[in-house]
Amino acid sequence: MERKTKVTAEDGKHDLVITREFDLPVELLFKAHVEPELFEQWMSHEYGTTKVLQLENKKHGSWGFETVDAKGNVLYSAGGVFHEFVPEQKITRTFESANTPFDVQLEFLEFEKITDDTSRLNMHIVFKSVALRDQLLKMPFAAGLNMAHNRLQEVVSKVK
Amino acid sequence: MNLRRDVFQAIADPTRRAVLLLVATQAMTAGAIAANFDTARPTVSKHLQILTECELLEQEQNGREIIYHINAKKMKEVADFIEPFRKLWDDRFNKLEDIMKKYKPKK
Repeated sequence: MERKTKVTAEDGKHDLVITREFDLPVELLFKAHVEPELFEQWMSHEYGTTKVLQLENKKHGSWGFETVDAKGNVLYSAGGVFHEFVPEQKITRTFESANTPFDVQLEFLEFEKITDDTSRLNMHIVFKSVALRDQLLKMPFAAGLNMAHNRLQEVVSKVK
Repeated sequence: MNLRRDVFQAIADPTRRAVLLLVATQAMTAGAIAANFDTARPTVSKHLQILTECELLEQEQNGREIIYHINAKKMKEVADFIEPFRKLWDDRFNKLEDIMKKYKPKK
Protein backbone atom coordinates (compact mmCIF):
# COMPACT_ATOMS: atom_id res chain seq x y z
CA MET A 1 0.00 0.00 0.00
CA GLU A 2 1.18 3.46 -0.82
CA ARG A 3 1.81 5.72 2.15
CA LYS A 4 1.42 9.18 0.75
CA THR A 5 0.25 10.90 3.90
CA LYS A 6 2.69 11.08 6.78
CA VAL A 7 1.82 11.80 10.40
CA THR A 8 4.55 12.85 12.81
CA ALA A 9 3.64 12.93 16.50
CA GLU A 10 6.54 12.82 18.92
CA ASP A 11 6.05 11.47 22.42
CA GLY A 12 5.28 14.03 25.09
CA LYS A 13 4.68 16.89 22.65
CA HIS A 14 1.47 18.82 22.24
CA ASP A 15 1.58 19.13 18.49
CA LEU A 16 1.59 16.96 15.38
CA VAL A 17 2.44 17.36 11.70
CA ILE A 18 0.55 15.92 8.74
CA THR A 19 2.41 16.01 5.42
CA ARG A 20 1.18 15.02 2.01
CA GLU A 21 2.37 15.38 -1.56
CA PHE A 22 -0.25 15.79 -4.27
CA ASP A 23 -0.24 15.16 -8.01
CA LEU A 24 -1.84 18.58 -8.34
CA PRO A 25 -0.62 22.09 -9.05
CA VAL A 26 -0.51 24.12 -5.83
CA GLU A 27 -3.32 26.39 -7.18
CA LEU A 28 -5.73 23.43 -7.29
CA LEU A 29 -4.65 22.11 -3.90
CA PHE A 30 -5.35 25.52 -2.42
CA LYS A 31 -8.67 25.87 -4.27
CA ALA A 32 -9.89 22.62 -2.68
CA HIS A 33 -9.52 24.32 0.71
CA VAL A 34 -11.25 27.60 -0.08
CA GLU A 35 -14.13 26.84 -2.48
CA PRO A 36 -17.11 25.65 -0.41
CA GLU A 37 -18.50 23.22 -3.01
CA LEU A 38 -15.09 21.57 -3.45
CA PHE A 39 -14.38 21.42 0.28
CA GLU A 40 -17.82 19.84 0.82
CA GLN A 41 -17.03 17.13 -1.73
CA TRP A 42 -13.77 15.91 -0.28
CA MET A 43 -14.88 16.23 3.35
CA SER A 44 -18.04 14.16 2.80
CA HIS A 45 -17.90 10.40 3.32
CA GLU A 46 -20.16 7.34 3.27
CA TYR A 47 -21.61 8.15 6.69
CA GLY A 48 -22.37 11.81 6.17
CA THR A 49 -22.54 14.83 3.93
CA THR A 50 -20.49 17.91 4.75
CA LYS A 51 -22.03 21.34 4.39
CA VAL A 52 -20.07 24.59 4.64
CA LEU A 53 -21.87 27.11 6.87
CA GLN A 54 -19.51 29.97 6.24
CA LEU A 55 -16.06 30.37 4.75
CA GLU A 56 -14.78 33.94 4.87
CA ASN A 57 -11.41 33.53 3.21
CA LYS A 58 -9.59 36.48 4.74
CA LYS A 59 -7.66 37.50 7.83
CA HIS A 60 -10.00 37.35 10.85
CA GLY A 61 -12.77 35.88 8.72
CA SER A 62 -14.70 33.00 10.24
CA TRP A 63 -15.34 29.52 8.93
CA GLY A 64 -17.61 26.64 9.89
CA PHE A 65 -18.97 23.40 8.54
CA GLU A 66 -21.17 20.52 9.65
CA THR A 67 -21.57 16.91 8.61
CA VAL A 68 -25.07 15.43 8.61
CA ASP A 69 -26.20 11.82 8.17
CA ALA A 70 -28.85 10.59 5.72
CA LYS A 71 -31.61 11.38 8.24
CA GLY A 72 -30.41 14.96 8.69
CA ASN A 73 -28.86 14.47 12.12
CA VAL A 74 -25.74 16.56 12.69
CA LEU A 75 -22.88 14.12 13.25
CA TYR A 76 -20.13 16.66 13.59
CA SER A 77 -19.60 20.39 13.39
CA ALA A 78 -16.52 22.52 13.63
CA GLY A 79 -15.53 26.12 13.19
CA GLY A 80 -12.95 28.79 13.85
CA VAL A 81 -11.29 31.95 12.64
CA PHE A 82 -8.58 32.63 10.07
CA HIS A 83 -5.55 34.43 11.45
CA GLU A 84 -3.54 34.51 8.31
CA PHE A 85 -4.70 33.97 4.76
CA VAL A 86 -2.12 34.10 1.96
CA PRO A 87 -3.54 32.59 -1.27
CA GLU A 88 -1.66 29.52 -2.51
CA GLN A 89 0.82 29.76 0.34
CA LYS A 90 -0.49 29.78 3.84
CA ILE A 91 -3.56 29.50 6.04
CA THR A 92 -3.34 29.93 9.80
CA ARG A 93 -6.58 29.18 11.60
CA THR A 94 -8.14 28.09 14.84
CA PHE A 95 -10.14 24.87 14.76
CA GLU A 96 -12.75 23.90 17.31
CA SER A 97 -15.06 20.88 17.24
CA ALA A 98 -18.50 21.64 18.67
CA ASN A 99 -19.88 19.49 21.52
CA THR A 100 -16.67 17.60 22.17
CA PRO A 101 -14.26 17.69 25.11
CA PHE A 102 -11.54 18.92 22.76
CA ASP A 103 -10.31 22.42 23.30
CA VAL A 104 -9.60 24.75 20.39
CA GLN A 105 -6.50 23.91 18.35
CA LEU A 106 -4.24 26.11 16.25
CA GLU A 107 -3.48 25.00 12.71
CA PHE A 108 -0.77 26.15 10.33
CA LEU A 109 -1.33 25.02 6.74
CA GLU A 110 1.51 25.56 4.30
CA PHE A 111 0.95 25.05 0.58
CA GLU A 112 4.10 24.48 -1.36
CA LYS A 113 4.78 24.15 -5.08
CA ILE A 114 7.10 21.24 -5.93
CA THR A 115 6.79 21.28 -9.74
CA ASP A 116 4.15 22.78 -12.06
CA ASP A 117 2.02 19.66 -11.53
CA THR A 118 2.87 18.62 -7.97
CA SER A 119 2.58 20.24 -4.58
CA ARG A 120 2.91 19.61 -0.89
CA LEU A 121 0.67 20.38 2.07
CA ASN A 122 2.17 20.71 5.51
CA MET A 123 -0.31 20.86 8.40
CA HIS A 124 1.10 21.71 11.79
CA ILE A 125 -1.52 21.35 14.55
CA VAL A 126 -0.91 22.67 18.06
CA PHE A 127 -3.05 21.39 20.96
CA LYS A 128 -3.65 22.81 24.42
CA SER A 129 -2.05 19.78 26.07
CA VAL A 130 -0.21 16.55 25.33
CA ALA A 131 -3.16 14.58 26.72
CA LEU A 132 -5.62 16.25 24.33
CA ARG A 133 -3.35 15.58 21.37
CA ASP A 134 -2.97 11.92 22.29
CA GLN A 135 -6.70 11.59 22.82
CA LEU A 136 -7.43 13.03 19.38
CA LEU A 137 -4.81 10.77 17.76
CA LYS A 138 -6.49 7.76 19.34
CA MET A 139 -10.01 8.75 18.23
CA PRO A 140 -10.03 6.98 14.84
CA PHE A 141 -8.44 3.96 16.53
CA ALA A 142 -11.21 3.94 19.16
CA ALA A 143 -13.84 4.61 16.48
CA GLY A 144 -12.54 1.62 14.53
CA LEU A 145 -12.94 -0.56 17.60
CA ASN A 146 -16.43 0.82 18.18
CA MET A 147 -17.44 0.16 14.61
CA ALA A 148 -16.16 -3.40 14.75
CA HIS A 149 -18.10 -3.83 17.97
CA ASN A 150 -21.32 -2.40 16.46
CA ARG A 151 -20.97 -4.59 13.42
CA LEU A 152 -20.52 -7.58 15.69
CA GLN A 153 -23.66 -6.61 17.61
CA GLU A 154 -25.59 -6.26 14.35
CA VAL A 155 -24.53 -9.71 13.24
CA VAL A 156 -25.26 -11.22 16.65
CA SER A 157 -28.72 -9.63 16.86
CA LYS A 158 -29.59 -11.05 13.43
CA VAL A 159 -28.55 -14.52 14.55
CA LYS A 160 -30.93 -14.42 17.54
CA MET B 1 -5.95 -3.91 27.69
CA ASN B 2 -3.60 -3.37 30.60
CA LEU B 3 -0.75 -4.82 28.61
CA ARG B 4 -1.44 -2.42 25.78
CA ARG B 5 -1.14 0.58 28.07
CA ASP B 6 2.09 -0.81 29.44
CA VAL B 7 3.55 -0.98 25.96
CA PHE B 8 2.99 2.72 25.51
CA GLN B 9 4.46 3.49 28.91
CA ALA B 10 7.43 1.39 27.91
CA ILE B 11 8.13 3.41 24.78
CA ALA B 12 7.47 6.73 26.53
CA ASP B 13 10.93 6.51 28.14
CA PRO B 14 13.78 7.91 25.97
CA THR B 15 16.37 5.36 27.17
CA ARG B 16 14.03 2.49 26.37
CA ARG B 17 13.36 3.95 22.93
CA ALA B 18 17.13 4.16 22.39
CA VAL B 19 17.49 0.50 23.47
CA LEU B 20 14.79 -0.53 20.98
CA LEU B 21 16.51 1.37 18.17
CA LEU B 22 19.83 -0.24 19.04
CA VAL B 23 18.49 -3.79 19.25
CA ALA B 24 16.44 -3.24 16.06
CA THR B 25 19.72 -3.02 14.11
CA GLN B 26 21.02 -6.30 15.54
CA ALA B 27 20.33 -8.79 18.35
CA MET B 28 22.63 -8.18 21.34
CA THR B 29 23.57 -9.38 24.80
CA ALA B 30 22.67 -7.27 27.84
CA GLY B 31 26.36 -6.36 28.27
CA ALA B 32 26.69 -5.13 24.69
CA ILE B 33 23.52 -3.05 25.07
CA ALA B 34 24.69 -1.54 28.38
CA ALA B 35 28.06 -0.62 26.81
CA ASN B 36 26.20 1.86 24.59
CA PHE B 37 24.83 3.83 27.54
CA ASP B 38 26.37 5.96 30.27
CA THR B 39 23.63 4.71 32.58
CA ALA B 40 24.56 2.21 35.32
CA ARG B 41 24.30 -1.44 34.31
CA PRO B 42 21.44 -2.27 36.77
CA THR B 43 19.41 0.62 35.33
CA VAL B 44 19.84 -0.77 31.82
CA SER B 45 18.88 -4.22 33.12
CA LYS B 46 15.70 -2.74 34.56
CA HIS B 47 14.84 -1.18 31.17
CA LEU B 48 15.50 -4.52 29.45
CA GLN B 49 13.25 -6.24 31.96
CA ILE B 50 10.38 -3.79 31.28
CA LEU B 51 10.80 -4.09 27.51
CA THR B 52 10.80 -7.88 27.79
CA GLU B 53 7.72 -7.91 30.04
CA CYS B 54 5.90 -5.75 27.48
CA GLU B 55 6.99 -8.23 24.80
CA LEU B 56 8.79 -5.57 22.79
CA LEU B 57 12.01 -7.55 23.29
CA GLU B 58 12.48 -11.30 23.26
CA GLN B 59 15.19 -13.21 25.13
CA GLU B 60 17.14 -16.11 23.68
CA GLN B 61 19.48 -18.23 25.78
CA ASN B 62 22.83 -18.74 24.08
CA GLY B 63 25.08 -20.79 26.36
CA ARG B 64 25.71 -18.63 29.42
CA GLU B 65 24.49 -15.49 27.72
CA ILE B 66 21.07 -14.06 27.01
CA ILE B 67 20.62 -12.41 23.65
CA TYR B 68 17.91 -9.80 23.14
CA HIS B 69 15.90 -9.61 19.91
CA ILE B 70 13.32 -7.10 18.82
CA ASN B 71 9.76 -8.47 18.68
CA ALA B 72 8.78 -7.15 15.25
CA LYS B 73 5.12 -8.09 15.64
CA LYS B 74 4.71 -6.13 18.85
CA MET B 75 6.58 -3.14 17.43
CA LYS B 76 4.22 -3.10 14.47
CA GLU B 77 1.26 -3.05 16.84
CA VAL B 78 2.64 0.11 18.43
CA ALA B 79 3.07 1.74 15.03
CA ASP B 80 -0.46 0.66 14.11
CA PHE B 81 -1.87 2.70 16.95
CA ILE B 82 -1.81 5.98 15.02
CA GLU B 83 -2.30 4.23 11.69
CA PRO B 84 -6.13 4.72 11.73
CA PHE B 85 -5.57 8.46 12.21
CA ARG B 86 -3.10 8.53 9.30
CA LYS B 87 -5.48 6.45 7.19
CA LEU B 88 -8.33 8.90 7.87
CA TRP B 89 -6.28 11.80 6.48
CA ASP B 90 -4.90 9.68 3.63
CA ASP B 91 -8.43 8.76 2.50
CA ARG B 92 -9.51 12.38 2.79
CA PHE B 93 -6.54 13.63 0.76
CA ASN B 94 -6.91 10.86 -1.86
CA LYS B 95 -10.44 12.08 -2.37
CA LEU B 96 -9.29 15.70 -2.63
CA GLU B 97 -6.75 14.65 -5.27
CA ASP B 98 -9.32 12.72 -7.32
CA ILE B 99 -11.83 15.57 -7.22
CA MET B 100 -9.28 18.22 -8.19
CA LYS B 101 -7.88 16.10 -11.05
CA LYS B 102 -11.36 16.13 -12.60
CA TYR B 103 -11.89 19.80 -11.79
CA LYS B 104 -12.46 22.12 -14.72
CA PRO B 105 -12.50 25.89 -14.06
CA LYS B 106 -15.91 27.35 -14.88
CA LYS B 107 -14.76 30.15 -17.12
